[in-house]
Amino acid sequence: MAINPDYAGRTFGPSAPYEVTRGKIAEFATAIGEQSPLCFDTEAAQAAGYPDVIAPPTFAIVVFTAGGSIAVNEPGLGVNYSMVVHGEQAFEHSRPLHAGDVVVSRQTIELIKPMRKHTAMTTRIDVETVDGEHVFTARNTLVERGE
Amino acid sequence: MVSTYSQPVTPWSSAGSSSVDFKPGTELEPRTYTATRLNLVKYAGASGDFNVIHWSDRLATKAGLPGVIAHGMYTMAQAGRYVTELAGGDPGAVLEFSVRFSAMVAVPDDDEGATIEVGGTVAEQLDDNRVAIDIVARQDGTKVLTRARAVIRV
Repeated sequence: MAINPDYAGRTFGPSAPYEVTRGKIAEFATAIGEQSPLCFDTEAAQAAGYPDVIAPPTFAIVVFTAGGSIAVNEPGLGVNYSMVVHGEQAFEHSRPLHAGDVVVSRQTIELIKPMRKHTAMTTRIDVETVDGEHVFTARNTLVERGE
Repeated sequence: MVSTYSQPVTPWSSAGSSSVDFKPGTELEPRTYTATRLNLVKYAGASGDFNVIHWSDRLATKAGLPGVIAHGMYTMAQAGRYVTELAGGDPGAVLEFSVRFSAMVAVPDDDEGATIEVGGTVAEQLDDNRVAIDIVARQDGTKVLTRARAVIRV
């Protein structure tokens, strides 16, 4: 089964609110090997002008996984996840995510492109706080490999 | 060591971005990062990406892969550490960041794991103290990230 092209153009969300916590930022920073004190030490982050510890730039994918990847779980879309590889990823941050942020995401399937054996799907995810402040926009291309 | 560069590589340190020359065309000193199976397990838990191809040789092979491969986002995160260091150690100074995953990073089940080498070239200076950096990441000489660019504030 391949990705259903009828889903191109559809928008999903808003997701349930996702709360960014100090613990999750520290866990993520540790997992990738990031040692910046701005990810671990609230005082250091505040001294640098941030409200609290900030997330590494690719932490944004956690928000996507936790709340934004609604479309991937949509049964009618037909994604066979074990055959999926990541093709491209882009982030544009209005500001870094910080502990205490509560954000919602909306996901739009911009393109579903059948190729010779594979299918590529590009989605855009817009993430803002529950108060409506834009935090980042991500673009994500997944490739489902054919049999 | 690794790749050959057309120009002398500019040394820089994590002490701050002041030592980096952000003149367009400047090639930046590469760094190496590691991906072991343990790194992938931790990354799966921290990111919430539990795709079987990142932890099970049996299921990765069944999906037609040579074995367990790194999360693309783990590799991108290593390049993210590289640009964060360039931005004086401030992850919040990485404003834009995009990559194309051009090859999978196979991660053997041994103590060394895979080595990812990340290098960069200053692409252009932008307004508001922003600099665009073109990035390349390689595993054993094969490019694993291409068309990769970060905009950082310096």
